[in-house]
Amino acid sequence: MKPFGYVRAGSLREAAAAYAAHPDPRYLGGGTNLVDLMKLGVETPATLIDVSRLPLDAVEERPGGGLRIGATARNSDVAAHPLVRTHHPLVSRALLAGASGQLRNIATIGGNLLQRTRCPYFQDVSKACNKRLPGTGCAALEGVHREHAVLGHSAHCIATHPSDLAVALAALDADIELYGGDGSGGTDDDGDGDGDGTRTVAATDFHRLPGDHPERDTVIRPGELVTAVLLPAPAPGAVSLYRKVRDRASYAFALASVAAVLDLDPATGRVRHVALALGGLAHRPWRATTAERALTGAVPDADTVRRAVDAELDRARPLRDNAHKVVLARNLARDALTTLTTLAATARRAP
Amino acid sequence: MVVSPTEHAEHAEHAEPAEDAAPATAGTVTLRVNGREHTLRTDHRVTLLDLLREHLGLTGPKKGCDHGQCGACTVLLDGRRANSCLLLAVAHNGAEVVTVEGLAAITPGGGPHPLQRAFLRRDAFQCGFCTPGQLCSAVGALAEAAAGHPSAVTPEAALAEPGRPVEPTAPELRERLSGNLCRCGAYPAIVRAVADTVTDGAADGDGDGDSDSEAGPGADAAAAPTPGGGPV
Repeated sequence: MKPFGYVRAGSLREAAAAYAAHPDPRYLGGGTNLVDLMKLGVETPATLIDVSRLPLDAVEERPGGGLRIGATARNSDVAAHPLVRTHHPLVSRALLAGASGQLRNIATIGGNLLQRTRCPYFQDVSKACNKRLPGTGCAALEGVHREHAVLGHSAHCIATHPSDLAVALAALDADIELYGGDGSGGTDDDGDGDGDGTRTVAATDFHRLPGDHPERDTVIRPGELVTAVLLPAPAPGAVSLYRKVRDRASYAFALASVAAVLDLDPATGRVRHVALALGGLAHRPWRATTAERALTGAVPDADTVRRAVDAELDRARPLRDNAHKVVLARNLARDALTTLTTLAATARRAP
Repeated sequence: MVVSPTEHAEHAEHAEPAEDAAPATAGTVTLRVNGREHTLRTDHRVTLLDLLREHLGLTGPKKGCDHGQCGACTVLLDGRRANSCLLLAVAHNGAEVVTVEGLAAITPGGGPHPLQRAFLRRDAFQCGFCTPGQLCSAVGALAEAAAGHPSAVTPEAALAEPGRPVEPTAPELRERLSGNLCRCGAYPAIVRAVADTVTDGAADGDGDGDSDSEAGPGADAAAAPTPGGGPV
């Protein structure tokens, strides 16, 4: 590991100022990914700006019934929080599907969203990787890639995003709140004119597809910090779930995962709202908008669900050794929608 | 890496360099480890695991993978289990740490800890390399369940009812301990040992594991630190 300076920030303003003032800085949250990447030589910061003790760890109800989850809240505390469990159990489930008990105790919400891919070629500095070192190529294309992307990948990068939480947030139409950037100590261009130096980005727009710039995982700007995740109020009567398929029963990244939300019209049984996000398949959580359009307004019987999911996954372009992921995703998505349809019908009949 | 005891700990948080100078790459850290306070000047690169093993002589926490994948380095940090190999010591200035060496001291009435006795009785190890991490992880896992933290296998109904302890059934224990690998494959005995301490309370029974199951989940909570709090 390369020697580095260390600064503990006492406030957001201090953090942004320290970022601007120090050479080659990185923000440090729980460090469960960053410290590991520093050991591997993938990350070589000259300065760590420790933001893990900023007072951003609260989970609060927002006006209108939504939730605000602070960026430094630990994964385990958020998963266990009564408001999260009762408003959006999908978020608890997604968090609990990731990592291990001891890692969740340390890992933060902001860090969870900013964690890097676990592509073995990205983590091995002796291998070609456009994400780690743009222009060097992608060793995974012809290498071991049974866990890599089947949707939205480019000739430059076939990595997947490892976060379970991000998949749930994509399905929930959450927003990500960001602060600072460009050393200005706050951009405040979210149009709300409140001058608090923050902007918000839809969770579905936060992570990127690789395209020509796989080195950019997200739309975050240099020096910008994730300050919170904003969840909308749950729709009354809507049901949701998170499911994950992996090589072992626990403590492994997703081969495929699904976060789904379904709201049926109680009178007609037709779909009022459906959100389907797939994980483990792409460089970002894959919001299945084609399937959603096919389902909205329809009665979600087995045939309709099958056709909708097929329409989405017919767009998949599997690599030499990962066609199984398309089958997994197809079955996972169908099963999720069928389960939710049953749940929604049961919820409707309940007094 | 330079690590040396220092008598000047009071400026630990202000180890920043003067403007435009190369940033200092070492700082001062004060930790309370197994009840004793230590102040060390340490390179920023030193992890809590290396600090414990190389500089405090506490070789209970093991360096298995050094990447957070095996759990052999698990300790209790401010009462919660954590992978010490991924924690930079400098970022945890002021923390309270309990390693396997300190479990006896947090045991009401003196050690060994009930989990340590259960591991012996159930033969819950072969080579023993992963055992210190397994023990610290199990202490944390039982405290989390007692405090009502759900897991990936917690049933829907229990997830929807915050505030209640989660019953540490065998599937719950297997899921909650999945961050600790055992290459000897002692998992079945580890789960039995941890389950014993739940059903036996103080875990000094005959090890049949069902003698006082009416005591219910969380009956052993007193033997474990509470999440977010210091060791009991």
